[in-house]
Formats: sequence, C-alpha cells, structure tokens
Amino acid sequence: MLMISPRMASGTQEKQYNPSLLNFFIYNPKFGPREGEEEKKILFYHPSEVEKNEKIRNVGLCEAIVQFTRTFCPTKPAKSLHTQKNRQFFHEPEENFWMVMVVRNPMIEKPNKDGKPPTVEYQEEEILDSVYGAVLQQCYSMYKLFNGTFNRAMEAGGVELLTQKLEKFFYRYLQTLHLQTCDLLDVFGGISFFPLDKMTYLKIQSFVNRVEESLSLVKYTAFLYNDQLIWSGLEQEDMRILYKYLTTSLFPRHSEPELAGRDSPLRPEVTGNLLHYGRFLTGPTNLKDPDAKFRFPRIFVNTEDSYEELHLIVYKAMSAAVCFMISASVELGREFCEQLDGLVGPQLTLLASDICEQYNINRRLSGPEKEPQFKFIYFNHMNLAEKSTIHMRKTVSVSLTSVHPDLMKILGDINCDFARVDEDEEIIVKAMTDYWVVGKKSDQRELYVILNQKNANLIEVNEEVKRLCATQFNNIFFLD
Amino acid sequence: MTEEYYLELSENPVQFESASSVNNVFFDEANKQVFAVRSGGATGVVVKGPDDKCSVAFRMDDKGEVKCIKFSLGNKILAVQRTPKSVDFINFIPDYPHMEYSHECKTKNACVLGFCWTNWNEIVFITDQGIEFYQVLPDKRTLKLLKSQSINVNWYMYCPETTVLLLSTTVQGNVLQPFIFKNGTMSKMSKFEIELPMVPKPAKLSLSERDIAMATIYGQLYVMYLKHHSRTVNSPGAEVVLYHLPREGPCKKAHVLKLNTTGKFALNVVDNLVVVHHQSTQTSLIFDIKLREPDCAVNIHQPVLPARSIHPYRIPLTGPAVAPSQAPVPCELYSSTWSVFQPDIIISASEGYLWYLQVKLRPMLTLLPDKGKLMDFLLRRRDCKMVILSVCSQMLVGGDKGALPVVAVVFDKLNQVYKEYLEAEQAYTVAMESAPSRSSSAHKRPVRTQAVIDQSDMYTHVLSSFTEKKDVSHKFIIAVLMEYIRSLNQFQITVQHYLYELVIKTLVQHNLFYMLHQFLQYHVLSDSKPLACLLLSLESTYPPAHQLSLDMLKRLSTANDEIVEVLLSKQQVLGALRFVRSVGAHDNVSARKFLDAAQQTSDPMLFYTIFRFFEQRNLRLRGNPNFNPGEHCEEHVAYFKQTFGEQALMRPASV
Repeated sequence: MLMISPRMASGTQEKQYNPSLLNFFIYNPKFGPREGEEEKKILFYHPSEVEKNEKIRNVGLCEAIVQFTRTFCPTKPAKSLHTQKNRQFFHEPEENFWMVMVVRNPMIEKPNKDGKPPTVEYQEEEILDSVYGAVLQQCYSMYKLFNGTFNRAMEAGGVELLTQKLEKFFYRYLQTLHLQTCDLLDVFGGISFFPLDKMTYLKIQSFVNRVEESLSLVKYTAFLYNDQLIWSGLEQEDMRILYKYLTTSLFPRHSEPELAGRDSPLRPEVTGNLLHYGRFLTGPTNLKDPDAKFRFPRIFVNTEDSYEELHLIVYKAMSAAVCFMISASVELGREFCEQLDGLVGPQLTLLASDICEQYNINRRLSGPEKEPQFKFIYFNHMNLAEKSTIHMRKTVSVSLTSVHPDLMKILGDINCDFARVDEDEEIIVKAMTDYWVVGKKSDQRELYVILNQKNANLIEVNEEVKRLCATQFNNIFFLD
Repeated sequence: MTEEYYLELSENPVQFESASSVNNVFFDEANKQVFAVRSGGATGVVVKGPDDKCSVAFRMDDKGEVKCIKFSLGNKILAVQRTPKSVDFINFIPDYPHMEYSHECKTKNACVLGFCWTNWNEIVFITDQGIEFYQVLPDKRTLKLLKSQSINVNWYMYCPETTVLLLSTTVQGNVLQPFIFKNGTMSKMSKFEIELPMVPKPAKLSLSERDIAMATIYGQLYVMYLKHHSRTVNSPGAEVVLYHLPREGPCKKAHVLKLNTTGKFALNVVDNLVVVHHQSTQTSLIFDIKLREPDCAVNIHQPVLPARSIHPYRIPLTGPAVAPSQAPVPCELYSSTWSVFQPDIIISASEGYLWYLQVKLRPMLTLLPDKGKLMDFLLRRRDCKMVILSVCSQMLVGGDKGALPVVAVVFDKLNQVYKEYLEAEQAYTVAMESAPSRSSSAHKRPVRTQAVIDQSDMYTHVLSSFTEKKDVSHKFIIAVLMEYIRSLNQFQITVQHYLYELVIKTLVQHNLFYMLHQFLQYHVLSDSKPLACLLLSLESTYPPAHQLSLDMLKRLSTANDEIVEVLLSKQQVLGALRFVRSVGAHDNVSARKFLDAAQQTSDPMLFYTIFRFFEQRNLRLRGNPNFNPGEHCEEHVAYFKQTFGEQALMRPASV
C-alpha cells in the first residue's frame, strides 16, 4: 500500500495549541439510577471546580452515548466520540465503572488584522484514538497497581472509600499526563529489555534466587539495568505497568538529584568490610538516620485471581535496580531493611559492575559502526519487548522524540491498519520531503522504520529495510 | 551407629596358619605374600598371596632358622636368608636345576641385614656396611654383581611400588639415603635428614624404622615420619611429617599431620589418604594432604574427620568342625599382635589373617557437614561416584537441605572436574587427528575416573527424581536447575537438551510460562530442534510458544523444512512460500504440499495465487506451465479448473 501524507500546516504568526486534557471523570450508572440522584453516580470529576449541573450533564451525555451505541454492537461499546473541538474516550475497566477522558483537539490560532478576535482552527484529525485510548487504559492500570480494583475498594469501604482513593490518586496522577507527547509507544506499553549475554544473565538469576532464599519474605523480584528490564518474577501484565511506573516516574525522580552532583547520595556504604553503593529508592532514604521511615509503597498484583497486596521495595546500586515485593501483611522495619541492605548491597554492586563490563565488551565486539543509523520502533506483542531508536531519554516531564510529530502520526496510522487484520502485512508510505515510512507486521511483531534518502524509490526503500532486518533482527523469525 | 565407622577390614582376608613355635610367618611387601614356614621348611612352606594365583606350597630342607624369605617377581626364584653372611636361592622355573645355591655377601666382616628383589632376577643385599646389587643367573646357579656401594647402614626400608630403597645412616640414624633401581641400574638419590624432636647426648641411634614408612600418595613418593611428642617442647601431641621424595631434586619436608595426642601409632595409606591408627584409644584418624584447612597455615593438616574405630570385625568360623549356627567370633581390633604394612595391609600373625584396610565413603556424609569440603574430599576418592551423587540428592531435599550458595559451590566443584576431563579428552582427540599413527603411543587417552560426574549422571541420579518431589517448592527446584545450568555455562560445557526439557517441564507444570519466555528470550535454554519441537507442543496451553519455536528454528538455520511444515500446519501458506523464497529453496519444494494446504484454507483467492506461482515456476524451469505427472497435482488442476474455469489455466508460451 502506498499513501501520500497530508501537507504540513505552517504559517507565520500562527499559534499552535497542543492537545490538552479538558475533563476526566469516573462514574457508575448504577449508583444513582433515580432522577435527582444523578450526582451519586459521579465518583471522580476533574477539574473538580466544574459546576455540579455541568458535571451531571456531561456524565449523562456519556451514559447516553454508550447506551445508544451499545444497541449496534452489544459486545463492543463505543470507545471514543469525535467532535470538532474535542474528543472523548470511554473505558469500562470494571463492570459498570466508566472512565471518561475528554481531550481538546490541537488547534491553530490565526491572528486577524483589523482587531477582530483571532480565528481558531481545530485540527480534528490530528490525534489518534489508539494512542489516547491506550493512555486512558493506562490511567486505570496505574490506579489499580497502587490501589487495587474499584470493586475491592467498594467492598472494603463503600463509595466513600472509593471516591477518597480516586481523589487522592488522580489528583496527582493527572498532572503527570503529558498528552502532547503521547505516541505509538503508549499504544504498545512495551518493555525495553536490556541486551545481555547468557552467562551474565545466569549470574543475575542466581543472585535473584539466592536473595529470595535468604530473605524468604520476598515473594517476587524484578531486576533492571539502565532502566531496562532483565528479569521479572511478576506476571507480564503486572510487570508492564510496574515497568511504566519505574521508568517514567520513580527512576527519573531519583536520577535528577544524582545528575545534580555534589549533594548526591551516591557515597559508598560500608557494610562489614565490603564497600557498596546500594540504597533504597523507596522506603528509607538513609538507614543511618535514627528517624528513618520504613514505609514502602504498596502495590496490587494478580488482581484477576489471587489478588495480592505487596510492599514495593526498590533498591539500587549503580545502574542496577531491583524490586523486591513482599506481602503487605508483613510489617517491615529497620531490622529487615538493614538485613536486606547488608545482603543485597555488596552483591548487587558487584553484579552491576559485572554487567557494565560485559555490556561494554559486547558493544566493542559488535563495533561502533553497527550502531543503527536507522530510526525504527520495534514491538513484539508476545513478550512486550519494545525498542526505539526514535525516542531519546525519558524524563519526568517529557519523552523526547527525534522525529517530526507528523511522522509519528503516520506510524500511529499504520499501527491502526495493522490492528484491523490478523494477516502479516507491510505498508510503505512516502511522507513529505524525503522521508519514507515503512511498517512491517510479521506474526506478533511490528516494525516501523523511518528512512530519509534523497530520491529513493520504492524498490530501494524495500531493499534498505531488508538490510536492516538482516542486521538487527537476524535471530528472530521475521518474514520478508 | 554403624554409619559412623569410616574404616573397615576387607571382607575376604587372606588366611594362613598362625605363628607358633613351629611355624614362622613372614610377609613380603613386594609380592604381598605371606610365608608360613613350618619347621624351617622341612614340613612345608605355604605361601598365600592376595589371590590364588600367587599361592604356592612346597618343601625345603631345614638348614637352620629362616630369617627372611621372599620370591622374586612372578615367583621365579626363591631367596632365603638363614645366616648373617649369605642368602640361599632355589629356582622355581620349570626345567631349571632345582638344587639350592648360595651366595655370600662380598664385603668382608659385613652382616646381611636383609635383601630385596627389584625384578624377577635382580636382588639387592643390604649389609651393615653397604648395599650389593646382583643379577641372579638361575641357569648357572650363580650371582653376578652389578654394582655396590659402601655406606654404614642402621636399617633399611624398601618401597616395591617405586623400587626405592631407603637406608638409615649416621650414628643417630636420621640421615636417610635413598636409592632407586631400574633395569639393572642403581642410582643414588639425594640424601636428607629427618629433624628429630630432640638430639640425644651422647649421640646414639635415635630414629627407629618403626617410625618411618614409605608410600605413594597422589602419585608422589613420600617418606612418612612419625614424630613422637617430646616432653621438652610444648607441642600438643605427636605428628606425622611427610617428606616428599621426588625422582630428581632434593627431598623436601612437605606436610605435617597433627595427631593431637600421644602414644603408639601405626600408619597406612588407603586411597591416597594417610590413616593413622592409635593403639591406646583403639581409633584411627585420616588425613588428606590435598585438603587445605582455611584456618591453618599451609601444609599443616588436621584430621579430616573425628577419630573413629575400624568397623568391628567378626571372624567367620569355617571348616568341617563348625556348625552353621555358630556365631562368628568378634576379632580384637588394634591388637598388639597386629603388624601394619604399606600401603594398606594389616596382618594378625597370631590369628593368621591378612586384611586390606578400606575406606568407606558413605559415613562421611554425616561426619563432614561442610558440603564444599566434603565434595573436595570425595572427588579425590576412588569409588566416589555414587556417594557424590547421593550427597547431591541429599543436599536438595529433607532436613539436610543445603542453601543455594552451597548447592552452587558443589555444582562448581563437580563441573570443574568434569570440564578438566572434557578438555583432556578433546586434546587427545585433536592430537590423534593431527598425528594418528606416529604418536598414538605418546598420547594417552585420558582416564575417566569416577569423579567425573557428567550431565547424564546428574540427570539420572539426582535431578530427574528431585524435580518430581512433591514436598519441595517449585521455586527451589527451578533455582537448583538454573544453578546447575549456570555452573555448566561457567565452565563452558555444552548443556544437554534434556536438562532444558527438565526446566521447561517444571515451569510448565507450575504454569510459569512467563518465566520460561524470559529464559528463552535470553537464550539461557540453548537452541535445538528437540527443544523447538517441545515448544511447539506447548502452543495450545501457551500461544507465544509458537513464536518462540519459530525463532529457534530460524536461528538453527538447518531447520527450514520444519519451518515450512509449521507454517503450513497453521495454514499460513503464503507466509510459508515467502519464507521458502527468502531462503532460495522455492525451486525445489513440492508443489503438491503447498496446493494441498492452500486448498484446505477454502480461500479460493489464496489457492489461485499459489497455483499461479507454481505454474510460473513450471514455466521458468521447464518452459511449460503444466505440472509434471510426477508432481501428483492432478486433483489440484481439476479443482482449479472447476473453480476458475479451464481458460484461467496458464497457456504454454507459444513459440
């Protein structure tokens, strides 16, 4: 399939407005079925200062849309509603609990000469359902990770508790949503795996098994290096959201003081006669502090079956971070933390330097020229492995991409096409200027490549992508 | 309690007539023969060896009291010493004159202390003034002097294994002069001095032959000196000092074994272990000179295990007079009538028994709690395999369960030995390939000792039953398997696929598919066709196994046929064809196979595409789009005609 992308809008003196969050609310239509009780349906509403009747009206509208569209397809209720000014996304994560996110379309403000108010042009088609639908689902997953399901909160403390929890969580969480930088990676919600040789990997396995044996309280362990996953004892879906939390929230928060230098906590600890660099990213910041707090965030995993509530201990030494998860029913105190620090700190320090050394050897072996000159995104639905040479470092505030948003949108479009069919397919798009965008889908894998070659033709582009596959993905079954 | 005895006497001792006033008993260490000489030989000499072949009975004239009697190697010539000056010989070779002949030592006024056979026809006389090395000429019934050496000798000791003769010289007797005999030559080795606990004044003979023994330990000859506790020096007890006696170069004091007690001792060497018997406590200690004590200075050794008695022994009553119900008589252990010979012989002359001392490894399991040390110890023993395997089994289950670091240490020790063997084997193969005929004798095929525990041993005796244990947590099972795989990898040993299958089986049993996925992702479970097939079979319970399997087949690069089969079975006909084309095999594949698969999808357009592809292939290869009869595609052609009409068939290119 060959498509020509739409022209880039550009002009002087124009003001571009990014997509932004207008409303975000959660309701349950069963909570106020009778007239006059509609307010009871609303469990959370952002922004909270919106007038009560407007809240009720908006919720009512959503309810109506969902009800109405359900008649056409009872199994697949409406996912989004497109209007000129904004787009609404619906999500029913638990039965009768609806989450709605209203995003204002990006717009361009054009000044008018003779003092008239500027004309506003909404770009209705610029945002993708798949991207923001995924963002909405992520909101729920993140809430669930730290709070458990809506239903459990209802069982424990009724509507009152649930609304409290929602208020507490989303008040802060919504501020961290950066809707303007959401893209294909949000659709994938993938995990970046750290490339590692077998022997070092086995050493990590051995380390994890030993720690779990000597600290029998530890139920699950996850091991990361350079913000990339190496081992997860958690199931895939739980790891996916935990990984998201770690890499977009916890790690960036801690890396910034490190980068700041002088006052960094990176001074080696001495346990016994072993020097180590281990420290807690959650829980106590300084074990020596007599007033140190030993409270850890709690997370909820396996909510489908065993429904476990766990303490989340994140411990880091140099670039290696380990998550230890312990049943929340256990009280954790200074003694345990000191034991963990003494046991894990020296071993992890050693392991981290081992990994670093091995990684450098491997990199030297593969040679610097082999560093990809291609810009690509790879995703495997089977293990959620993602790899992107388009995205730069993730920080708390933004994830930076090195390509034009328009190209990112093309990637999103191709992804939507892929999602529609099961068959393997390949799409090549000629974008503006000299860019070519190639999307390939083979079984459960997707690959998106952006090429910038002057006067290249379709055959050359095809050859180029083949070469990329042969060098970067020669160890997996990827159909040409 | 019986599990506590780690030493025992051999079950089938050599029996001989016990010593008495009319029956003298001699033991020859070289041939390990016991001589029972009745009435100076007149009423018979019975020789009993370790097996019946070495047993002989004969008579000889009583020409006076026998002081020493020994056969040469292979029972060819008998030498008997009856006087202080001469040795008598009797040929035992058929067709040779049987008459005794005698030889007097050549040194005047010398006194023969004894003699040793160094070969079937070579003998050394040891006199108080030196040694005389002779060749015996049985046909001529004479001896020919090969070499002699004059030196003052207090006493001598001979090690038949290494043909080394040790002479005690000087007034105190503590300067030892070794000689080595080989093919008719005699060479002097460098002499050495034994440090005495105290120097007597005036000087007198202070080193007794009772306190010296020679034995080979780990292939090296050692002179063992039993250094008694001296009251003047503040030492806690007696010790055994081992002097290493190399073929060339000076003798060095190499090891000190601490006995931590005093009294009468006797030494044996069994399975490269030094066994020290202590008479007053009726116990024995064992030492392994290769076992290093971490809290000890180098080469000072403590006993490996606590002192224990030899396993109680009952003498079975035999003979026609014995009723079957009569219980065997317990035998007195550590009796004062016992004589101990090197390396592992204990003789009770009064009871008429010769035993071999044996080490039992099984009791060590409970006596040596440190598993790493235990493994070091066991790996150096002769019959260690089954014991090592049961140590492995034990450390994985029950109350004796070891922690993972211990398990890891044990696996590493096993694989170290395993790897060394594999390397030696490989070096041998390479050497044989590069120079097969010439140097076949130069390269000796490496011996596989029992200490080589390979993957199949571990699988059969330890791991496969361990993974089926219900009372062990699956977490521990997987950790152990991964630890074993880690250890193999660390020693760069190729892991056999049945170990991977065990890992997969265990993971699947506990629904730990995501864990399995991660292992495969990092290639911890190495690629192989059997593994890929196993993964395929898991697809129904874990769909991603399909992708994992295909990836593996692709990496193997020898499994293209399998990939096609997998894709066709999933009705991915087009994908299969594209794959075949990408590997350049599209001219050779069977058209029928693809057309069958396409027809099964009931997708006419797909069938059309596939059919067309092969028509074009026919055209390209043979200049004609029609299928050959040999391709058996008649029914597909008929189906094509029926679906798309006759005119849809490709027409042969008109010339």
